[in-house]
Amino acid sequence: MEQAGLYLHIPFCRSKCPYCDFYSLASGSLIQVWLDAVLSEMGQYRERFGSFDTLYLGGGTPSLLSESQLARLMQALFHHFHFDPRSEITIETNPRDLNAEKVKTLKKLAINRVNVGVQSFDEGALSFLGRRHGPGDAMEALSRLRTAGFDNLGMDLIYGFPGQRMACWLETLEKALSFKPEHVSCYQLTIEKGTAFWRMKEKGKPMSVGEKTEREFFVETSDFLTGRGYIHYEVSNFARSPQHVCRHNEKYWHHVPYLGLGPSAHSFLGGRRWWNVRSVRNYCRILKSGKSPIAGQETLTREQMNLESVALGLRTCKGFDRAEIRGSAARKNLADLEKMGLLRYDENRVMPTREGFLLAEHLPLYLCE
Amino acid sequence: MKNIRNFSIIAHIDHGKSTLADRLIQKTGLVEARNFRDQILDNMDIERERGITIKSQAITLPYINSDGEAFELNLIDTPGHVDFSYEVSRALASCEGVLLLVDASQGVEAQTVANLYAAMEHDLEIIPVINKIDLPAADIEKVKEEIEVDLGLDSDLAILCSAKEGTGVEEILDAITELIPPPEGSRDDPLEALIFDAHYDPFRGTIVSCRVFSGKLTAGETIRFMSNNATHKVEEVGIFRLDREPKKELSAGEVGYIISGIKTVSDVHVGDTVTLDTRPAPEPLPGFKEVKPVVFSSIYPISSDDYQSLSEALEKYKLNDAALVYQKDSSVALGVGFRCGFLGMLHLEIVQERLEREFGQSLIMTVPTVRYQFVLNNGEKIRVDNPMDYPDPTTINKGLEPFIRASIMIPERYMGVVMDLCLDRRGVDSRFNYPSPGRIEVQFDMPLGEVIYDFYDKLKTVTQGYGSFDYDLLDYRESDLVKMDILVNGEKVDALSQIVFREKGRSRALQACERLREEIPRHMFKIAIQGAVGGNIIARKTISPFRKDVTAKCYGGDITRKRKLLEKQKKGKKRMKMIGSISIPQSAFVAVLRSESK
Repeated sequence: MEQAGLYLHIPFCRSKCPYCDFYSLASGSLIQVWLDAVLSEMGQYRERFGSFDTLYLGGGTPSLLSESQLARLMQALFHHFHFDPRSEITIETNPRDLNAEKVKTLKKLAINRVNVGVQSFDEGALSFLGRRHGPGDAMEALSRLRTAGFDNLGMDLIYGFPGQRMACWLETLEKALSFKPEHVSCYQLTIEKGTAFWRMKEKGKPMSVGEKTEREFFVETSDFLTGRGYIHYEVSNFARSPQHVCRHNEKYWHHVPYLGLGPSAHSFLGGRRWWNVRSVRNYCRILKSGKSPIAGQETLTREQMNLESVALGLRTCKGFDRAEIRGSAARKNLADLEKMGLLRYDENRVMPTREGFLLAEHLPLYLCE
Repeated sequence: MKNIRNFSIIAHIDHGKSTLADRLIQKTGLVEARNFRDQILDNMDIERERGITIKSQAITLPYINSDGEAFELNLIDTPGHVDFSYEVSRALASCEGVLLLVDASQGVEAQTVANLYAAMEHDLEIIPVINKIDLPAADIEKVKEEIEVDLGLDSDLAILCSAKEGTGVEEILDAITELIPPPEGSRDDPLEALIFDAHYDPFRGTIVSCRVFSGKLTAGETIRFMSNNATHKVEEVGIFRLDREPKKELSAGEVGYIISGIKTVSDVHVGDTVTLDTRPAPEPLPGFKEVKPVVFSSIYPISSDDYQSLSEALEKYKLNDAALVYQKDSSVALGVGFRCGFLGMLHLEIVQERLEREFGQSLIMTVPTVRYQFVLNNGEKIRVDNPMDYPDPTTINKGLEPFIRASIMIPERYMGVVMDLCLDRRGVDSRFNYPSPGRIEVQFDMPLGEVIYDFYDKLKTVTQGYGSFDYDLLDYRESDLVKMDILVNGEKVDALSQIVFREKGRSRALQACERLREEIPRHMFKIAIQGAVGGNIIARKTISPFRKDVTAKCYGGDITRKRKLLEKQKKGKKRMKMIGSISIPQSAFVAVLRSESK
């Protein structure tokens, strides 16, 4: 069996970005309490997952943690869990946090993959997105990381917001590639419930660019990056080479077990999924009293596993196991969808084409009984 | 017999008929307050929800007036929709008087007038009742004036009541005993009983509701239905209380039931006269009419595996609905199903709803149509109530379609819009009557095919609810009829074909394509919807495909949410019919007749 992945959710940010719906607090005042809690949550899991070969510190803004906090966290993780020596260890960072000191710390703590929340290299775009860093901050941070010897860098970019010109977006991509990142995530702006952008949309502000433009940007982005040798291996993710795909995230898309620690984190093991309480305060209170922070769980039926395998697989270039195609209607649709240029398949796998990526939300309905 | 009173309550929808009926039942002590369930007389869910009464029922109320005199009051309930106008007329024919209910805040409405005329036709004593006087918006003086002017009744006789609060109920009961004449007729004459309703009881078979006009009937005697001379041995007679109450005999003037081992309600015809086999009446009671279906549509199960279950459900349903007729039908697009005949669109909707709700069926109903006639070149005359049976056009000598006389009662100010509507629906030969100042009765001869679908809704809209509509079938008239087909991505969907008047072909085709464009969800590919007559495409609409629907992020916390959404969509898709690779929702099959967007 493939080794499991470990995700740790660090729910603190300097400020809330108007597009982000991940759970976080815009204050670091609870970091210490949270750290105690997450350490005690680790104790609840010792043996169940066997060994891990990926660790992902996500958030929130993990780079907000001080050197000593990060050190304590990493120490505890390596103490409680067994990690394969070749593990991929990722941290998400904000460019503003990546001063020389922080970069050194990350290197010291055996972190070998740094994902930088660049979002854009355009001043106007960054201000629209409510980011508190300028294009220069990201460039300096990336250079520092390279200088420090990080050979697996990823960056997050956002595109497809109202008023954005294609040329401007391509400039950002061009600048991004000048750092030869091993990994690029290009997220089309989605207006999520509960965000500031959502509230603006509710008030009638035009926040979406329309399906046609979304499609154009998506295709252009993919063309641009694949033209430069990147692999479009997931709807929003590109890798410079096969060994640079994000091994941790791949586990989510192929039903490989993962353990999620921290408030609102989700875990998956053997057809069962469970998730923690969302609120930091609750999470800390529960763990202080020695109880489990699990808020809910589900055990997937065969049918649900099938639906997820297909739906998740269709988001990645690896696709899904052809054995997931069951029933005569699904088999017939498979052939039809290939003719329409949405899928490819061989004896073992069914894989989406780029056109298929674009319609990944609807395709499962035709392939699951 | 002098202490029997037979009456109905007639009212506009929502003017409080059922509530008043409940109060009368309560007041006469037939049911104790603690056992009381609101609106006892309407016992089907659908009736409660729609606020209309579908099947007439009766109840005998014992009443002792202030002088201590005992009465038997027979309340005969009436359905309130044009599809069931014949049943209403038979219920009214069984009465000597009616309570005409008017809402104190709404006043006299079109349906009130139409109901009044129906009651007058039967020469009934009419007692106006002003209901809902407890409402803050009640304007009693204005309503009284309307009763005087619009209805031509003596408003001094109007009883003020709040059925909700129970005020005025006693006065109503006294008025029933004082004003409505007792029935006439002799118990020594040959038996004459008018059937006004029949329903099915799983243990006893068909229960026949009737009003005895003369003679008497006891269990053990043999009855004869005068329309078809069928005879049955009577097992039990009785009256309706909250449940059936058996009696030794039913005699002249009374309202009650007969049980005589009749298996289905289809063997009983509302309006028929029951007499004794050994001593028949010389003549049946007047007004018998065989009720024939006028609207036809096919019912298919969404999943063809459910044919057997649908067949069983229809069989069971039919036990209690004599008006529904059906036979096996099949379609290339939809598989095997049933061709059904209905009294009208409301009847069709009721059947559909009850099959879905009470029998758990998932159905597709095809475009409703009327029954056409075609005279072929070889002289043969055929009847076509299914567009699939439309004959080869080269063999047609002429087509004929059923015409009705539509009677529409409206306040004068709506004259223009109603004229426009009727002319648009090919109305001819208009006539006008002026029953009272400010009111017009507009009569048109119209093709039935033009009114079956949304004419009544349209009329309500253009007259802001003040238009009432009734019709009589007239005859068949020559008409240039063509078959209009619908093609979805080039594939003909036989279940969407319609027979239409040639000149209206193009507008009907455009309308059908537009409705389908609204009803069919977007797919991953472009969908072309075309309307064609005789191979010529005369209308076209397209449904653009999804261009992009994928969301940017899907990590650990998003997966469950995403799956749940897919599960919901999958369920929705299961309720659609796959035609080729296109999912067509149930609602689309009937929507093609709708003239406007929802």
